[in-house]
Amino acid sequence: MTWAETLRTGWAAIRSHALRSALTVLGILIGIAAVILTVGLGLGTQQDVSAQISALGSNLLIVTPGSSTSSEGIRGGFGSAASLTRTDAEALDSDVSAPDVAGVAPEKETSLSLEANDTNWTTTVTGTTSDWLEVRSRELAYGTFLTDDDDTDRAAVVVLGSETATELFGRTNVVGQTVTLSGTDFTVQGVLAEQGASGDANLDDLAVVPLSTMSEQLVGGFQRNSLSTIYVQAASADQLSAASQEVTTLLLNLHGITSADSADFTVASQDSLVSTATAVYRTLTVLLTGIAALSLLVGGIGVMNIMLVSVTERTREIGLRKALGAPPWAIRRQFLVEASVLGLGGGLLGAALGIGAATWLPALLDSTIVVSGAAVAGSVVIAVGIGLVFGVYPATRAARLAPIDALRAQ
Amino acid sequence: MADLFPTSVLEAPDPSERPVIELTGARKTYRSGTVEFEALRGVDLTIARGEYVAIVGPSGSGKSTLMNILGCLDTVTAGEYRLAGEDVEQLDEVELAEIRNRRIGFVFQQFHLLASLSALRNVELPLQYRGVPTAERRERATAALERVGLGDRLRNRPGELSGGQQQRAAVARALVGDPDLLLADEPTGNLDSTSTHDVLALLDELHAQGRTIVLITHEHDVAARAQRVVHVLDGLTQEETRGAVA
Repeated sequence: MTWAETLRTGWAAIRSHALRSALTVLGILIGIAAVILTVGLGLGTQQDVSAQISALGSNLLIVTPGSSTSSEGIRGGFGSAASLTRTDAEALDSDVSAPDVAGVAPEKETSLSLEANDTNWTTTVTGTTSDWLEVRSRELAYGTFLTDDDDTDRAAVVVLGSETATELFGRTNVVGQTVTLSGTDFTVQGVLAEQGASGDANLDDLAVVPLSTMSEQLVGGFQRNSLSTIYVQAASADQLSAASQEVTTLLLNLHGITSADSADFTVASQDSLVSTATAVYRTLTVLLTGIAALSLLVGGIGVMNIMLVSVTERTREIGLRKALGAPPWAIRRQFLVEASVLGLGGGLLGAALGIGAATWLPALLDSTIVVSGAAVAGSVVIAVGIGLVFGVYPATRAARLAPIDALRAQ
Repeated sequence: MADLFPTSVLEAPDPSERPVIELTGARKTYRSGTVEFEALRGVDLTIARGEYVAIVGPSGSGKSTLMNILGCLDTVTAGEYRLAGEDVEQLDEVELAEIRNRRIGFVFQQFHLLASLSALRNVELPLQYRGVPTAERRERATAALERVGLGDRLRNRPGELSGGQQQRAAVARALVGDPDLLLADEPTGNLDSTSTHDVLALLDELHAQGRTIVLITHEHDVAARAQRVVHVLDGLTQEETRGAVA
């Protein structure tokens, strides 16, 4: 019996129990679609997160107050104290003590309500210096950005994100307009070019003011001199680790801390943030894929179940085929082919469903699903493999039937 | 009916060859737990080429066991069995499958046609397992079906055929591989008298053309059509002489 004949016979057997076969295929189909979607969702989220972090700028070090737990699990230094100040940021900008640092953008963030005419809009207000535009890789659509003089003069000027401008004025070219923040009138000096949303963070809804203006007029109390973040741009990608070293040494000196373990700040590179964030999602993806794979296992058990029923039902047929000269391997192959056709059917339909769902689900879930060709091909191969693996026992049972007993079966 | 079976298509085997069946001191013991049951207790049976032999006996006599052994569906516990000169008692499952395929054509009481296949595809089955190419297979199966008078029923499934037609299709399947031995197990057991007559006439016809036929039956009038009748009783055989029917 050739492969083609075996395949045709298998197909005929599957078709003769169309409903039963369809339900079995459904079991595999759901499992495969689930695996493709969870893997796709996991990859998509990882991609989103790394895009979000990359959107912060290029060759960036992100210095935040407080310490992080070290890799040994020992927590050193202070908690999330307001340990970073403007002095720190200015020191980092020195060409002498930090030669590998190209730009420094201190950020102090707070959420405030902006008013223009009769409209008000609450957004993130960032106090920073003139380097911000360069360090954060942003561009202006209209007007000019904050200058060093603005900072020195504590000028009441603001640069708006494009969306913020639209929300307040209904248009983006609003240079020269007045916006009220905490009762002080600010002149709109520039509008940022659109950056687009990255993940959950909207990079176009913000207001940027001089850091000094922010500390003096918008935030009071003992928090006034503290910074939320210092973005440090290295001169090049190669100088990133040298820059990181310089920043750490300098800040430890400034804060009078002798041991790096008790640092009251954290220096992270974009890469390390990306790998930390994606590691979390990767673990989650593996976990979810594992759960999805369980449903594949259940589907495989379904295949085995149906094949056992098939063997029992066709005992007399098996007996006859053996009497006519079918060797055991031919019978085994017959049932294995049948089981893998079920697997293949489930795999192909599952892949189709997975790809289909991956195209319309992102709109619903507001998340990216990355369906890779390798994942789809792999799933189909796995589906056929499941058919094969779970077909082995029924097929072997069929092949071992004694022809006399099989012929006599009722 | 004779026209349907031209000898040119269905060549008569060379009678000078060795006997088709040489069974010597055949014993078959079944064991169920600690209980042993001896179904065959030393059977000697020689059937020459071209003979038409009926094996009769009540149920439980060992008749079915003998048939299974003759058909290479089972092996002897002790003794020797040569089928067309080939020693088959030491063969493994795969080799036995091949022997069944090449040397034996089975006809069963329940026809055992596969319901999902056409008559033609059913008859092709033995050739399929022999690896005969499709075109030749189709040709031979068609010829075999024409020979049993079913030339106009090639595409019909077993469900669309009468009992007699189904059994004739089964005979065609048994013949298609040109076996040394045609082994018919109660071939008329499920047939009405007309169909019984048809099938027995067909066997007579095949015998006349030189086929070796072994017919297992419990009906004496069916057995009476054979040249030789072998009685099986309590695991032993006894030859019946013509004209001295017990």
